Amino acid sequence: MALDRIELLLEKYFEAETTIAEERELKAYFSSENVAPLLEQYKPIFGYATQAKQEQYTATIPLQSKKRITVVWLSVAASVVVLLSVSLFTYNHYNQPKPQDLGSINDPEVAFRETQKALAMISEHVNKGIGSMSYLNEYEQSKDKVFK
Amino acid sequence: MNQKEFMQLVNPFKDRLFRMAKRLLVSTEEAEDATQEVLVKLWNRNETLDEFKSIEAVAMTMTKNYCLDQLKSRRASNLKIVHNNFTDREASLQQKVEDKDTWNWVEKIMNDLPEQQKLIVQMRDIEEMEFEEISTILEMSESAIRTALSRARKTIRETMIKTHHYGIG
Repeated sequence: MALDRIELLLEKYFEAETTIAEERELKAYFSSENVAPLLEQYKPIFGYATQAKQEQYTATIPLQSKKRITVVWLSVAASVVVLLSVSLFTYNHYNQPKPQDLGSINDPEVAFRETQKALAMISEHVNKGIGSMSYLNEYEQSKDKVFK
Repeated sequence: MNQKEFMQLVNPFKDRLFRMAKRLLVSTEEAEDATQEVLVKLWNRNETLDEFKSIEAVAMTMTKNYCLDQLKSRRASNLKIVHNNFTDREASLQQKVEDKDTWNWVEKIMNDLPEQQKLIVQMRDIEEMEFEEISTILEMSESAIRTALSRARKTIRETMIKTHHYGIG
């Protein structure tokens, strides 16, 4: 390659006016065997640029992070669901609505009759209780006999 | 998008992200962390990725911002860590040793450049990207990029010549 062309390219190179193609030309020239002794000093600059491009990234990239995040969110969502369902169940279980219909009657006459019926039922049961109390009289009599 | 598709999408440029991160952070481990961070962030944005014109440009911008943040926090916490990468991962061939030595000089000179110039040299000289792409990634005008690039290239040349003359390299 003509020396004056290389010199011209070098000049442009240091003014940062060369194109990529021209820079490749320079790199090719300086990596060849027959570099002019005068230009020998530039050799490492271009040699280094070529060599530095060989370095590679060899480490592996851990890409699980995203998956882990979704799993975390899934477990959070699942626990929220479990918590909600359990609390809802217990809430419903202990707070069952009490029956509101107490058998109210609007007609006073019917109500009177119903009340009488209910009171009669109560007195009947009370009398039954009193009947069984009569046994106690036996005790009373024997007690009176002993403690005069 | 599943993992396989995502990997196919990022595979063409993940090395580029790593090299850019390494240019800024110097340490290989930190650069790997930064690349991983950016790729995982991209993966988490999975659904919205289609909205971007160029995912590569987005990823490059994210890497740049992440690394600059890292550098800022490193400076803020006043922690001075000098990364030398003592352990060289690749076994260098015997005949390459000498070449590598001078390349290391270039690398060292590049490490002393300001961050913005580092980024520009990285993208232009090493990744061979067009000025248009660089300007979208860095959010700078093309002419500003050209100026910075020219300055950086000249700095590298002058420092190289100095070491060449004194025979330090």
